Amino acid sequence: MSDTSARTTPPPAIGGEGDFADYFALLKPRVMSLVVFTALVGLLVAPVPAHPMIALAAILFIAIGGGAAGALNMWWDADIDAMMQRTKARPIPAGRVAPGEALAIGVALSGMSVVMLGLAANWVAAGLLAFTIFFYAVVYTMWLKRRTPQNIVIGGAAGAFPPMIGWAVATGGVSPESLLMFLIVFVWTPPHFWALALFVRSDYEHAGVPMLTVTHGRRATRAHILAYTLLLAPVTIGAGLTSVGGPVYLMVAVALNLWLIWGALNIRRRSEETATADGYRAEKAFFRFSIFYLFLHFGALLAEAALRPYGLGGW
Amino acid sequence: MGIAREHDLHKRRFSRNRGVGLALAAFVAIIFGLTVVKVSNMDVVGSYAAGSLTAGGDK
Repeated sequence: MSDTSARTTPPPAIGGEGDFADYFALLKPRVMSLVVFTALVGLLVAPVPAHPMIALAAILFIAIGGGAAGALNMWWDADIDAMMQRTKARPIPAGRVAPGEALAIGVALSGMSVVMLGLAANWVAAGLLAFTIFFYAVVYTMWLKRRTPQNIVIGGAAGAFPPMIGWAVATGGVSPESLLMFLIVFVWTPPHFWALALFVRSDYEHAGVPMLTVTHGRRATRAHILAYTLLLAPVTIGAGLTSVGGPVYLMVAVALNLWLIWGALNIRRRSEETATADGYRAEKAFFRFSIFYLFLHFGALLAEAALRPYGLGGW
Repeated sequence: MGIAREHDLHKRRFSRNRGVGLALAAFVAIIFGLTVVKVSNMDVVGSYAAGSLTAGGDK
């Protein structure tokens, strides 16, 4: 039967014929790099050294677990990803990977990474990794993301677990230091993403994701960025007073916090007209700087740990 | 003549197969490395336990 409409309608994307890079992209490599870095710092600053081979394997399995959570997120969010400029080229909405494949990869890699981390390191670390995957894939992606403007605040916990997992790999437990490293990423996440939401406004509105900018307005979002930035300062500086901190970390933390607070104050003061006129320059600068902010804090923790054997790091 | 010509589909399949192959090889290498480390550590623990038993037996 020759049906004209059937010929003119584009065929549905069946997926399954992407190349390896498409399947790798399901694991959100950029997010994975942050997971690897913070987990590695958590592992290396711990007071108990881990065997290099176990540390290498543990970081790899943590990265795979984080990537698996990313694949599950892409599977669930394929419908809204297709509506947003920033995400519509992802493998599932672009039709290069079938949704079922992403689900299978996410589930299989989740199970494999948790079991392997348990066998390679310990079951506390494996339990934390399992909880992280569950939190990101179910609590954040399936439950909160489309329901509450607090999605970023609570969902941020998922990205904050890796340093705790790294610490648990080395020590087999949880401690105030690892909780503080968790809090650094947890409190850092909302102002980082809200700054992004300020300058990619149309995307989230179009997809119907209840970002704070959509539900409470842009003025309230600017105020929230400042409030969370002020809350972040005592957390990051407080970490410097624990056994993982030291003078180097503390100096870096104070300087970075002054800079970030200045940026947040600037964002708070700006009107929407000013921001639109200069193409959201301050908001974009704050977003970019916040990435360096997190990287340098964890880098400073690492520097303290590296200096310690020479009697220079720590208190 | 078409059958010998490499289609874009074949390139993507090759890319997938090579990627999976390398990932599996890396996984085997990691498991092997972990096994060596775990077995070596067991030896240390085993020697320690044997030493303790011997010391206990001497008393």
